[in-house]
Amino acid sequence: MAIESIKDRAAIVGIGVVDFSTDIGRTEWYTACQAIKLAAEDAGVDIDDIDGMVKSVDDGPDPTYTGKGLGIDNLLYHSENHWGTSAMMNAVHAVAGGLCNYCVYYQTAHRVSGPEKCISDFLVAREFREDSLDMVRYDFFSPFGLIGEPGYVAMMYRRYMHETGIKPQQLGSVPVVASENASKNPNAIFFDKPITIDDYLQSKLIADPIRELDCAPKVDGSIAIVITTPEKARALKQKPAIITSVASGMALEGQLYTSYTRDVITDLPEMENMAKELYRIAGIGPEDIKAAMLDDTFAPYVPMQLEALGFCSQGEGAAFIEGGDSIRVGGQLPINPDGGSIGQGRFVTTRIVEGVRQIRGTSTNQVANADTVLVASGAGGPADGMILRKE
Amino acid sequence: MAELIQGIPIMRPYMDQDNQGYWDAIKNHKLVLQHCSKCDRFIHPPRPMCPSCRSQDTLEWKESSGKGIIYSFIMFTSPKMAYPAFELPYAVVLVEMEEGPRISANTHEIEPDELQIGLPVEATFADLPDGQTVLWFKKREA
Repeated sequence: MAIESIKDRAAIVGIGVVDFSTDIGRTEWYTACQAIKLAAEDAGVDIDDIDGMVKSVDDGPDPTYTGKGLGIDNLLYHSENHWGTSAMMNAVHAVAGGLCNYCVYYQTAHRVSGPEKCISDFLVAREFREDSLDMVRYDFFSPFGLIGEPGYVAMMYRRYMHETGIKPQQLGSVPVVASENASKNPNAIFFDKPITIDDYLQSKLIADPIRELDCAPKVDGSIAIVITTPEKARALKQKPAIITSVASGMALEGQLYTSYTRDVITDLPEMENMAKELYRIAGIGPEDIKAAMLDDTFAPYVPMQLEALGFCSQGEGAAFIEGGDSIRVGGQLPINPDGGSIGQGRFVTTRIVEGVRQIRGTSTNQVANADTVLVASGAGGPADGMILRKE
Repeated sequence: MAELIQGIPIMRPYMDQDNQGYWDAIKNHKLVLQHCSKCDRFIHPPRPMCPSCRSQDTLEWKESSGKGIIYSFIMFTSPKMAYPAFELPYAVVLVEMEEGPRISANTHEIEPDELQIGLPVEATFADLPDGQTVLWFKKREA
């Protein structure tokens, strides 16, 4: 068990989102600085007062560049972290522990036009990462042409279909609702209008049983978040989103996207472990969550997460999402009202942004009484997440 | 199934001291699994320590019966998301071996409509023109 003293010790006070694009036409250095500037303006924090910076390891220029770009003289705290939004945890701990006052977390990735290589282009990845332990472990898959996350997830999803009986018509609710939500969000560029379940069923199988519409598309994006203490937050521009709990989770026999050797391969134990901590620290349960920002990088992760995070029982995820009403705004548990990763592109930090907007009451698709929301990342493991609440 | 396109090599496994024994055995048309002699436990993929007793000097290679059942499988159907050395479509199966571990590989002489979870399979090996030896799974009598 982690310390409970992290509860309510930090708050999100600023968000900066550069418009998503499939050809952003700028360097990652440019849009990282741009997002941080936007986030500071949103918060009402002077850039000179930013004294902490954390970022996702793989996404964007490191703090020596953003610090130089923004003309920041000294950083009391800087770090990087792997996996989803877990870097955000570093920022929360840094603020809560008094290591810095105004910490910026940022994720910048131009996944379409930028330097990041296509996920299926493993040969390129190998050139750069020949000695990486990741590549060594994936060599029990890649010689057989098992490459790319859709394929990795397809192996688990086939088994999930077998164990739970979930039908394509049921899973299709996830992209259908994502497209409806995205069509209301001007910064979600992938769906101008909603798709129907028939559109989904006609979507091409790319790694059977995974369809093209099950996968979040790649996108160019850059987002920054400003975190400070709840006390300092009161003097700033925005209504703060209090980080009431934050946690990460790992589990036995874990391997990014490919935890095929554990006894059960369909129940996201990293998410379960993370959720137990989140609820324990916050002193609440899944029934108290008014909206959830889930990892929908691949649609099958949504019913699996609903089970792992305690929103329904094991094997009930398919029934929960069927028809989509339970996960729409106004339903039992609205999920990703901004369109999620399927609607906006594969970009984990959008979940934090939408969580904050729901708490502020400024979403393009606002949930009534959204005073407590859950944000989750890393369904492919390791997992991380947080619970945000209104002050 | 697993028809290979001439001239495009499959990806080569990266070998190190932890997994060399596995790949050496494949080269000799044998499937071996890492085994902890103290715990009598099979471990896969190979690793530097037994995750049960945390011993680093009780790890050995034991030959597998080669028999297992299909635990899950994928059919790669799109050139956008497939490795170019294989004719499309191609299957990758996750096989639960009799000894317990699950191993991924391609299939041999199994038609797409025959693939199903629970299908009994056994290991077979092929020497490819580029000098690599690969593990495939084919059907067997239950």
